[in-house]
Amino acid sequence: MKDAVQDPRTREDTPSGAGAAAILAAGLGCFLLGALTVLGDQSSLCKALLNFYKPTGPLSGVTTVAVAVWLITWAIFHRLWRHREVPLGRICWIAFALLALGIVLTLPF
Amino acid sequence: MEITMRGLWTMLHGMGFGALYLMACSGAIVELTRPAVQSDVEQSEGRGRFLRNWLVAMAVLAWLTALSGTYILYPWYRAVPPAGASLTAYPQALLKSSASTAAWHAVGMEWKEHVAWLVPICITMAAAVAAKYGRGLRRTHQLRSAVLAFVLVSFCAAGVAGFFGAMLNKHAPVEGGRVIHLLP
Repeated sequence: MKDAVQDPRTREDTPSGAGAAAILAAGLGCFLLGALTVLGDQSSLCKALLNFYKPTGPLSGVTTVAVAVWLITWAIFHRLWRHREVPLGRICWIAFALLALGIVLTLPF
Repeated sequence: MEITMRGLWTMLHGMGFGALYLMACSGAIVELTRPAVQSDVEQSEGRGRFLRNWLVAMAVLAWLTALSGTYILYPWYRAVPPAGASLTAYPQALLKSSASTAAWHAVGMEWKEHVAWLVPICITMAAAVAAKYGRGLRRTHQLRSAVLAFVLVSFCAAGVAGFFGAMLNKHAPVEGGRVIHLLP
């Protein structure tokens, strides 16, 4: 009677909030990575501030801050939305837009 | 036959973690685009578990690639040569010393070093969503499409990083350190 015992991780009625939180936070993290890349390139003050680890230079700060903010926003969204149904379609489009902007901002032109 | 320690790390980063990640993308894309099996619950759950484990393994590879590239190889790449030193041990300086290779650094490395970090973010999210929803992911069109889109972006970003990594290493290889003798 394997079918009768349902693993909570595979429940199809899991609210969309947890997934939406992960997707939106990932989009935000990617956007922030791009935005910090531009800031690190354009501003000497930001370049100095983002130089967390000298051998790697500002890349260490850009990636550390982006990853930290991504994880923090993910935790916040997850806490707020994990038991809720959210407008997943709209959130996915916002996440895609942020992701696309993040990609464009990493371009070195 | 021998290899330097830096050459070994370069190989591990690019041909080990990075190339394995790129190959693994095809499996994830196939699994995410396969239609859900409505009738066979056991098979569907097995596929859900497979996808979750596959994406978790990809996330581990993505983090290993990004971290080894940023904190092990990149410092060797961007090291500033002392006055009068041969540039062969200083790839960034070597590339910038010639107009015909400078763009490999200005475009290639400048893009690669940042775009590669999108990969662990995208694939960690995909692995987390697959772990949370399991086989339910296949039945939720919007979630599955979003995860697929992020996996595709991670594939393209890893492809860009891999291409430039290979070309940079062709023009100015990261070499040096202890020599390891593979064959006498």
